[in-house]
Amino acid sequence: MQPDAELVLQVRDLQAYYGESKALHGVALEIRQGELVTLLGRNGAGKSTTLKCIMGAIPKRYGSVLLQGTEVIAAPSNRIARLGAAWCPEHRGIFSSLSVEENLVLPPVIAPGGMSVEEIYTLFPNLAERRRSQGTRLSGGEQQMLAIGRILRTGSRFLLLDEPTEGLAPVIIQNIGDAIRILKERGYTILLVEQNFHFASSVADRHYVMEDGLIAEHILAADIAGAIDRLHEYLAV
Amino acid sequence: MDVIFGVPLPLLLGQLVLGLINGATYAILSLGLAVIFGMLKVINFAHGAQYMLGAFVAWMMASWLGLGFWYALVLAPLVVGAGGIVLERVFLRHLYDKDHLFGLLFTFGFALVAEGVFRYYFGSTGQIYTNPIPGGVRLGFMFLPHYRIFIVVMALVICFGTWFVIERTKLGAYLRAATEDPVLVRAFGINVPLLITLTYGFGVALAALAGVIAAPVQNVSPLMGSHVIITVFAVVVIGGLNSIMGAIVTGFALGVIEGLAKVFIPEMSNTVVFVIMAIVLLLRPAGLFGQEQ
Repeated sequence: MQPDAELVLQVRDLQAYYGESKALHGVALEIRQGELVTLLGRNGAGKSTTLKCIMGAIPKRYGSVLLQGTEVIAAPSNRIARLGAAWCPEHRGIFSSLSVEENLVLPPVIAPGGMSVEEIYTLFPNLAERRRSQGTRLSGGEQQMLAIGRILRTGSRFLLLDEPTEGLAPVIIQNIGDAIRILKERGYTILLVEQNFHFASSVADRHYVMEDGLIAEHILAADIAGAIDRLHEYLAV
Repeated sequence: MDVIFGVPLPLLLGQLVLGLINGATYAILSLGLAVIFGMLKVINFAHGAQYMLGAFVAWMMASWLGLGFWYALVLAPLVVGAGGIVLERVFLRHLYDKDHLFGLLFTFGFALVAEGVFRYYFGSTGQIYTNPIPGGVRLGFMFLPHYRIFIVVMALVICFGTWFVIERTKLGAYLRAATEDPVLVRAFGINVPLLITLTYGFGVALAALAGVIAAPVQNVSPLMGSHVIITVFAVVVIGGLNSIMGAIVTGFALGVIEGLAKVFIPEMSNTVVFVIMAIVLLLRPAGLFGQEQ
C-alpha cells in the first residue's frame, strides 16, 4: 500500500435497500491510486451490492461515496461513470443484439488515455478472432474478457470488477489473472469482488472481508498467512 | 383481356398497388410502435390518436396559417413529437417500474381524451385536405396518382432510414443495448432516461408523419386513428413486437395481402389480417421476426 497516494474512493457508512430489506448496514472502505483491493465474502454478504452502490445502480442508498473527492451518493450512474469509474458487472452484461466489436466499442470514451481496440485484442487475442460474432455466442470466458476489455477503452482509471473468475475453467482464470496483473502494472486502480480466495490473494494488495452487509475485517497481503484460518471461516459455506 | 384465377389482371394489379399504399401507412405506424415498445416496454395505445393529431396539425397549418403540405410534413411531426416528449416526461416516466398494464391504460386513456376533444370541436365527418401533388401516370391497367407513388417512396425512405440508424449506427447500438440492459448502459455514462424520452418523441413523430402523409388521401377525421390502429396492432403482433425489420416487412406485406383479399375473397378483406394474426400467435407466439425472450 502507498499511504501517500491519492484517494480514489472513500466509502463511509454506506447503506442500501432492496425494497424494504436492508442489504448494507454501514460499509466503510477506501482505495488509493494504483491499488488492487479485493472484497471477499460469501454469497449474499453484500459485495456486489457495494459495487452497484458505488456505481449508482441501486436507487435506495445512503451514506457517503467520495469518488476522486466528489460526493456521488445521490448522483445518477451516468454521471458517476463520467467521473472515471468503470464497472464490469457480475452478469457480464454482454449484449446479444450487438456484435463482439460493437460490444467492445459501446461504452463512450470519458477521458483520454484509454486503450485502443487493437491493444485490447492484444490483451485478449480470443476476441480478435471473433470480432464479427454475436456477443452472446462467445464462451463464458470470452464473454468475461469482452466485459473487462470494453471498459479499458473508455479512459477510466478506476475499475470495479465483479467476480471475473466465476464459473470459469482454471486455464481461463489464469488468463484473466494475467490480464489483471498487467492492468495493475499499468497503474489502474482496481476494486475486485471475489469468492475465489486463491485467485484474489495472487493479485491483490489488500483484502476487505464482508459479512452480513458490513466490512468484517481488513487484511494486508503481507499478513495473509496469519489470517488464513479466519478467512476460511468467513468464506466457508 | 388477361385473367388470373378468374380475376382480370388490371383489377388484380390495381388492388396490389392500393395494398402497397395502405401497407406503407401500416409500416410507418407499426415501426413507431416497435421502436417505442423496444425502449419503453410500453404498448403505445395513443399511437392512433397521435397519427390523427399529425393529420389535424397539418390541416390546421393549411387552413389557419396558410402553410402548405411540405411545411406540414416537417413541422407537424415536430409539434406532435414534442407533445409526446412532454407526455413521457410528465406521465409515462412514472409508470415504468409499475405493472405494464398502467402504461397501456394511460396511453389508451390519452387516446380517448384526444379523440373526444377533437370530435367535440370538429365533429366526426372529417375535413378535406388538398392533394399537394395532383396528376398521375397511366399504367395501362390503372391510373396511378403521383401522390400515391410519393406515399410509397416516402414510407420506404422513412422505414429503411430508421432501420439503418438503429441497426448500423453508434446511436442505434446505444438503443439496442439500452433495450437489453438499461442499468448497465447508464453505468457506462450514457443518459438513458434522455434516450428513452427522445425515443418516445421519435416514435410519436413517426405516427404524426404517417398522419400528415395520409391527410390528402383520407378524410382528416378524429376517428381516423382508431380505424387504422387496430390493424396496426395486429401487424406488430404478426411481425414481432421487438423487431424493427419485422414491423416494416409485415406492414407492407399485410397491406398487399389485404388488397389481394379484396379481389379473391372480398368478404374476408377486413378480417384476413386478424386470421393471420391468430395463426401466427398459435405457431410462433413471438411473431414472425421476433425472438423469444
